[in-house]
Amino acid sequence: MWQIIHKMGSPPWFYRFAGTVLRWALPIVLLLLVVGAVWGLLFAPPDFRQGNSYRIIFIHVPASVVALAGYYVMAFAGAVSLIWKIKMADTAMRAVAPVGAALTFIALVTGAVWGKPTWGTWWVWDARITSMLILFFLYVGVMALFEAYENKAAAAKACAVLSLVGTVNIPIIYKSVDWWYSLHQPASIKFSGASAIDSSMLYPLLLMIVAFYGLFACCVMLNMRAELLDTHRGASWLQRALLERD
Amino acid sequence: MAFESLQAAWQMAGHGPYVWGAYGLTAVVLIALVWMPIARARTVSRQILAEHRRAQSARPASVSSEVSDAS
Repeated sequence: MWQIIHKMGSPPWFYRFAGTVLRWALPIVLLLLVVGAVWGLLFAPPDFRQGNSYRIIFIHVPASVVALAGYYVMAFAGAVSLIWKIKMADTAMRAVAPVGAALTFIALVTGAVWGKPTWGTWWVWDARITSMLILFFLYVGVMALFEAYENKAAAAKACAVLSLVGTVNIPIIYKSVDWWYSLHQPASIKFSGASAIDSSMLYPLLLMIVAFYGLFACCVMLNMRAELLDTHRGASWLQRALLERD
Repeated sequence: MAFESLQAAWQMAGHGPYVWGAYGLTAVVLIALVWMPIARARTVSRQILAEHRRAQSARPASVSSEVSDAS
């Protein structure tokens, strides 16, 4: 276990490892996404109260769940980068930010599109939605902050601090539907006890959540590989890896 | 299928534009998210390989004289 963690910090090892994983993982994840989307769109039964608009949850819920979990990944990588000064950790931190921002964006937009026919409004300044918007700004903030610095070591440090401070927001998002009176409905899936959702809707939803987690991992690895290529242009291991592939 | 026809699936009893719109937008964002790092990696690896080839073709001259190797 420690050996793997140790190897993770090595760019040549990670570059090859991620390349091997992506070769089979990316097609599988894309297939799962298509299957889940078709299932949710055409084969899951309509909701007895919301009709067909609820079908948006098959993308809204997975995108939100993974956007939140992704923030922990980014903050954890930020902490590792701050404490142990491991270069790969801030590569990972920065690789998560655009993926998290895109997923948060999807969560917000699909939520708005679902809200129009269901609540009768695109947007409300509700606790859940507002804290989610803050999450979006945190992701974008980490991306922008890195670009704002000339000195990349200082940039990575500032980004790590920002992502760590931002973790305060995550439990607020989770708990917002319980703490405040909210238009947003509370979670239908529970780890303990019966879920308030029928299995004909639950299975495609779980499939989509798994697929979105997979997509998140793939996108982070793709971003890290692209970043490694860019920053190690002159390295002999990279030339060897590229020549072998051709 | 939960719908009687493709026409019904497209309209979704009035919710069609919302549902299909949300899925369409999500597809566009996700495709861009996967595509962008792949395109970036492709561009950079082409540059690296081109640089490598240039170094390779320059090598025979530098092997014959040590002076040009130092330059």
